[in-house]
Amino acid sequence: MKSRNPALSIVAILLSIVVFLVPFAFILLTAAKNRQEASRLDFTWPTQFQFVQNFVDVVQARDYMLIIAFINSTILTVASVTIMVVLAAMVAFVLQRRRTRWTGLVNFLVLSGLIIPPAVVPTIWVLQKLGLFRTMPGLILVEVAFGLSFCILLFRAFIATIPRELDEAAIIDGAGPLRLFFRVVLPLLKSVIITCVVVQSVTVFNDFVNPLYFLPGDQNATVQLTLYNFSSSYSTQYNLLFMDILLITIPPLIMFLFFNKRIVAGMTAGAIKG
Amino acid sequence: MKRRQIGLAVLSAAALALSACSAGSLGSSDEDSGGGKVTLSFLTDNQPETVKIAEGLAKDFTAKNPDITINVETRPQGTEGDNVVKTRLSTGDMTDIFMYNSGSLMQALAPQKNLTAVDEFADKLDDNFKKSVGSDGKIYGVPFGNYMAGAILYNKEVYDKNGLKVPTTWDEFMSNNAKLKAAGVDPVIQTYGETWTSQLFILGDYYNVEASTPGWADQYTKNQAKYATTPAAKAGFDHLQEVHDQGYVNKDFASAKLTDGLNKLAKGEGAQYPILSAMLSQLIADNPGTENKIGLFAIPGTDAAKNGLTVWAPNGLYIPSSTTGDKLAAAKKFLGFVASPEGCESLGKASQPTGPYAVSGCKLPDSVPQAVKDMQTYIDKPGASGLALEFLSPVKGPALEQICVEVGSGIRKSDAAAKLYDEDVKKQAQQLGLEGW
Amino acid sequence: MEARPRTSVAGPVSSGRKKSPYSSWFYLPAAIVYAVLFLVPTVTSFYFSLTRWSIFDSQFIGFDNYVTFFREPALVSGLWHTVVYAVITSGLKVVLGLGLAVLLTSQIIGRGYLRSVVFFPVLVSTIGVGLTFTILMDPEDGLINESLSLLGIQGPGWLTDPSYALLSVALVDVWKGVGLATLIYIAGIVSIPQEYFEAARVDGATAWQNFRSIVLPLARPATFTVILLSLIGGLRSFDLIWAMTRGGPGFTSDVIASVIYKQYQAGFYGLSTAGNVVLFLLVTAIIFPLSRYLNSREVDL
Repeated sequence: MKSRNPALSIVAILLSIVVFLVPFAFILLTAAKNRQEASRLDFTWPTQFQFVQNFVDVVQARDYMLIIAFINSTILTVASVTIMVVLAAMVAFVLQRRRTRWTGLVNFLVLSGLIIPPAVVPTIWVLQKLGLFRTMPGLILVEVAFGLSFCILLFRAFIATIPRELDEAAIIDGAGPLRLFFRVVLPLLKSVIITCVVVQSVTVFNDFVNPLYFLPGDQNATVQLTLYNFSSSYSTQYNLLFMDILLITIPPLIMFLFFNKRIVAGMTAGAIKG
Repeated sequence: MKRRQIGLAVLSAAALALSACSAGSLGSSDEDSGGGKVTLSFLTDNQPETVKIAEGLAKDFTAKNPDITINVETRPQGTEGDNVVKTRLSTGDMTDIFMYNSGSLMQALAPQKNLTAVDEFADKLDDNFKKSVGSDGKIYGVPFGNYMAGAILYNKEVYDKNGLKVPTTWDEFMSNNAKLKAAGVDPVIQTYGETWTSQLFILGDYYNVEASTPGWADQYTKNQAKYATTPAAKAGFDHLQEVHDQGYVNKDFASAKLTDGLNKLAKGEGAQYPILSAMLSQLIADNPGTENKIGLFAIPGTDAAKNGLTVWAPNGLYIPSSTTGDKLAAAKKFLGFVASPEGCESLGKASQPTGPYAVSGCKLPDSVPQAVKDMQTYIDKPGASGLALEFLSPVKGPALEQICVEVGSGIRKSDAAAKLYDEDVKKQAQQLGLEGW
Repeated sequence: MEARPRTSVAGPVSSGRKKSPYSSWFYLPAAIVYAVLFLVPTVTSFYFSLTRWSIFDSQFIGFDNYVTFFREPALVSGLWHTVVYAVITSGLKVVLGLGLAVLLTSQIIGRGYLRSVVFFPVLVSTIGVGLTFTILMDPEDGLINESLSLLGIQGPGWLTDPSYALLSVALVDVWKGVGLATLIYIAGIVSIPQEYFEAARVDGATAWQNFRSIVLPLARPATFTVILLSLIGGLRSFDLIWAMTRGGPGFTSDVIASVIYKQYQAGFYGLSTAGNVVLFLLVTAIIFPLSRYLNSREVDL
């Protein structure tokens, strides 16, 4: 629609470097410095690289806490996103396909789940009654409960585009509800599932609030909590703090590199429909 | 095909979910392996000096008792850590032993319900400490660390260079500050990058409150005395405001951290730092050769004749009631070790002792830093030292640090701050179910 | 609430068909998790907010917690800050997101790179971003103020000056979140049929006229989405504020979510839950009418 505008392009690229790349470069450079140099907080090239040394120090800190945190975060992310996606797809499928007197209520609850801030202490109280407070399964279920709404909305919009004739053909072939869903519908949802998995994985992996409330304590910390706790004990060792930040940025970076196009496509498809 | 894949994913996720990794499950630690061996878990805060002491005690204890291993776990400091301790106690999965404040914070743990009484160590502990870990005539902990003072650490070289004398009244203190400022030194160091450090002018002033109105703590507990209406108590807030209004604080007070403050003091960029004397060990560790350069004086009040030091009892080591059987026996053995001269020795090895011991039979080494000698002078003089309010009353509001930061940054005036803190305290008193609130 | 799935399993509710291929029990697993961990806490929070609640027991005290909440300046200011924070972040995300989207859908050099670099912060850990910017915004040694001083500008104490702290955190929030707003706008603009632009070109419209009379009205659904998402996020915001200022200095950047956490830390569970209810009411009072209004406007189009 417009012709190329080199001046504008150059300004935009320069600005993007200052605003978006410099902070990441700062993380990278500080993570490679030694303690004294890092403490000056300058944006300079390290006089001596101790990238590997800092990496080893951070990983070994407090009895390999970071490794444990990465394992915990991985378990949390994989388990909660898997459960969330399957349950949400089931709800979205029935919700979209069949109108009953419950449909209105379900829609209302789904929207509420997106909007209403969770009540923290009562959730802890419920988890305590169930014996799930301060346990990984407890936190996984909490993440599932809080993330369901978003997935349901995304899936419902997508399922609406799948022709009903497909269902009917399968039913005539004698498929029950389970087979219909798992063998016919779910495979068709592949692209939206990928979007949902990527978005929710990043959300859960980066989640700080829920582990803070529902899985407190050092001994089963997730990476975000570990980073947060390190920030007080590393208050004078910025090189290690930034190495930690760098390591925690890598999983989302990988997600981003692999799924950049898909996230954009999927999110926008969902976004237009509201 | 698809279905099987998803089924597999769910299954493996469920299998993973069954067990979360916990710290210590990688690396050096061993699980209980029978044969009379016991492994105890020990929760402490994550301050580097504390961790050093905890690990030192654990190591020295295991050297003497090879059957008992102790794994140190850490938690955040401050209110965040309080919360970790409270929730872990309430859900019954506290570590086998844990370190926590003595005094009002310890009282808030409902010791009768949640802790195991350890009266067998009573005769080894000094009276002030017993008071601060006691409830209903029983004692629940042994000291982890030394007595400390909430006082002003000062750089002696800077004082000498400017021909200053240790102040015994607030007015003398302020005139010293004027001279220091004229000489181009930051008179008072404040470090609101770590909010708890802002409270010393109020908490460390309690000796002066008690000196002017004896028995204030009791009235305070009964809701009969207030910060806003007791001039001597409000003085702490006033002082904080004066120091800010006169421009006596370091320029970066709002963002500086504890470490920055200690280094400034050690290097003489700042002359005086109101802080807990226990921070001295970090100062010396980070700035070797400063043992005799840093002195200590009590936060001055109105009357030179009633000048004295506000003292904090050491933190305590406690056993939660969830620890039972072999572990309980082993945990008691560990507490017994800590409350013995050997324990004190281990403590002193791990970190520079910065105040008197609360365990009988423990003596400070002859070569202690100057500030500790200064502290000892107050303690040895009858009536020249007293416990801080948090050891005399269970009432302590959670927002004091933010309120102090506000006063010290000129956001709120001292009168309003004292009133606000009285409100803050009310919540705590009601929550504890105290009478008269 | 929990009874819902059970009754629908017991007997087919709809029409006369014997067995629907869309079984209502598909709702069941999600409904259980959602009801137990979301609905029950939300509903009981109304009761617990009326109690003095310690670890072990709760005692009914009527509306005392709310009285405390609205009488203490430190708490009530959190309410105000929450609204300010949400409005600022939401407003900036709309303006900047739209601007960037227009830029990034035009024929600009390095478009792919720019889109990626604007979007990437959305995926990065909030805590990491918060800690990084806390250091970049250090009043003395921070990169931002050092750079400003090279230009001869004395930068403010971004996070330490009471009048800037909340604003600074909001700016970082925008930095991190504007990519998502941009993405939604790009989707909105791309879906505008090309015929509009061609017709405009025939009429000799300027770029500004294009923007005013085509992009702005036709990207309205995207604007609604951005406003709603960023308001919901802004009102509930906690991570970034906690990582950067913990509500300080003093209480000047406290929002309701951080007040809730502080009261929880202090062991005032009843008061904390009252804060939760206040937040609940605030969010629903703003979002539900707003979304109804925006939806009605959307239908008008």
